[in-house]
Amino acid sequence: MSNKKMITCFVEALGISEEDVVNTLEYNSIPQWDSVAHMQLIAALEEAFDIMLDTDDIIDMSSVAKARQILQKYDIGF
Amino acid sequence: MKSIEDIFQLDSPYLLTKDQKKKMLDPYLHDLDNLHYEKCISYRKIVDAIPGGRNKQSDLYLPVRLFKNFDLRSISSDQILKTLTSSGTTSQQVSKIYIDKITAINQTKALVKIMQHYIGKNRLPMLIIDHPNVIKDRTLFSARGAGIRGLWTFGRNHTYALDNEMNVDDDAIDAFIEKFKHQKSIIFGFTFMIWKYFIQELEKQGRTIDLCNSIVFHSGGWKKLQDDAVDNETFKSKVKQLTEVSHVHNFYGMVEQVGTIYVECEKGYLHAPIFSDVKILDPATMKERPHKQSGVIAVESILPVSYPGHRLLTEDLGTVMGEDDCECGKKGKYFLIHGRLKKAEIRGCSDTYAVE
Ligand SMILES: [Zn+2]
Repeated sequence: MSNKKMITCFVEALGISEEDVVNTLEYNSIPQWDSVAHMQLIAALEEAFDIMLDTDDIIDMSSVAKARQILQKYDIGF
Repeated sequence: MKSIEDIFQLDSPYLLTKDQKKKMLDPYLHDLDNLHYEKCISYRKIVDAIPGGRNKQSDLYLPVRLFKNFDLRSISSDQILKTLTSSGTTSQQVSKIYIDKITAINQTKALVKIMQHYIGKNRLPMLIIDHPNVIKDRTLFSARGAGIRGLWTFGRNHTYALDNEMNVDDDAIDAFIEKFKHQKSIIFGFTFMIWKYFIQELEKQGRTIDLCNSIVFHSGGWKKLQDDAVDNETFKSKVKQLTEVSHVHNFYGMVEQVGTIYVECEKGYLHAPIFSDVKILDPATMKERPHKQSGVIAVESILPVSYPGHRLLTEDLGTVMGEDDCECGKKGKYFLIHGRLKKAEIRGCSDTYAVE
C-alpha cells in the first residue's frame, strides 16, 4: 500500500513510468529527477503521507531506496 | 583531497576565530590549488603565466569573467552533473560553471549549515515574493529561479505573493497570514522584486499587513534600486512599516560560488561562513588592503572540486569592517558591499592575469 503510494509520487513528480521507479534509481542520475522535480517529489510525498520532512531528509533523499528508508522514520510501514 | 565532512560537523559556521579558521581552511585550499592545477588545463596555463608561477598560486584570484572566456573545469565531461550559467550584466557571453556530484553535495551541505544558523532545523512556512511560473518553467533558468530553488528546501507550504501578471496576489497573502498567524515564517525574494512589486505596491494601496515573527531573506543587489535612492536602511524601515517584519537579512552570493552565501547579521554586516573567506584587494596592484578600506572583493572557498573556483576575484566593491569582533557575536570577517566595479576597472583586473 505505502509502496504503491510512494511509487505514484515518483511517477507523477518525475514524469517517469512505474517500471522506472526501482530502488537503485538515484537523484540526478536521469534528467527527469533534477532539482525542480525533487521539489515536486517532496511536496507529493508530504501530501500523500501527511508528513513534514525536515531539511536533512530532503537532502538525504538521494535514491528510491533512501526515500523508503526516510519514510519509515516517519512510522510509515512498507 | 581530504573530505571536508569534519567542517560540516561544526555546530555553527561562525564559530572559528581568525587563526583557527586559517588553520582549518589552508590545507584544503592548498589541496585545491594542486587539484585544479593538475586537472584543469586552462587554469594551469593561467597559473604558469603569472609572475612567480606556481610559487604564487595562492595569491591568484581567478577573475570571474574568465568563466565566460574559458572552459574552466577540473572534471571529465561524463562527470558533469549540471552546468550553471549566468549572463552577467556587461556581456552577452555566459559564464559556465561545471558541477559534479561532490561539489553539488558540498554546496547543498554548506547552504544548509548557513541557513540553519538563522532559521533552525525545522522548515518554516515560506512566502516567496515572485510569481509561481518563475520555478515551474525549467527552460527559464534565471538567477531568480535558481535562487528560489536553492532556498525552497528550507520552506514549507510555499506560497507565491505575486500572480503571473506580477500583481500582488491578495488572496494568497491573506490565506498565508490567516493560516500561519504570527508563526515564524520565511519571506524570500530578490531585493528588487520585494521592493518594486511588493513594498511599493502595498504602499500605493495604503495597505499594511502583519507578518511579525517572519524573517526576510533577500539578495540580488541594489543596482536597480539606486534610481529610487533606496539603501539598506530605507529598505528595512519600509519593510518594518508595512509588514511588521523586523528581521531582514540581505545576502550576497554568486553563481561561481553556489552554496556559500554571506548573510547580513542584525548589526547590518555580511558575514563570511567557515567554508569561505573574504579579502579586499587593491584593484590596481591586487595587494590585500587593510580592514576598513574599500577595494575589490576576492573570495576563497573550499567547496568547488569540479572547477577552479576556490580563489575568485569578484566584480564587486566592498570593505571588510573587522574580524571576529562583530557585535552580533559571530566570528570571522564581516564586511559591506558597495556595488559593482566599473567596466574599465573590471578589464584592468582581468588583464592582470591575461593569458592566451
Ligand atoms: Zn555581525
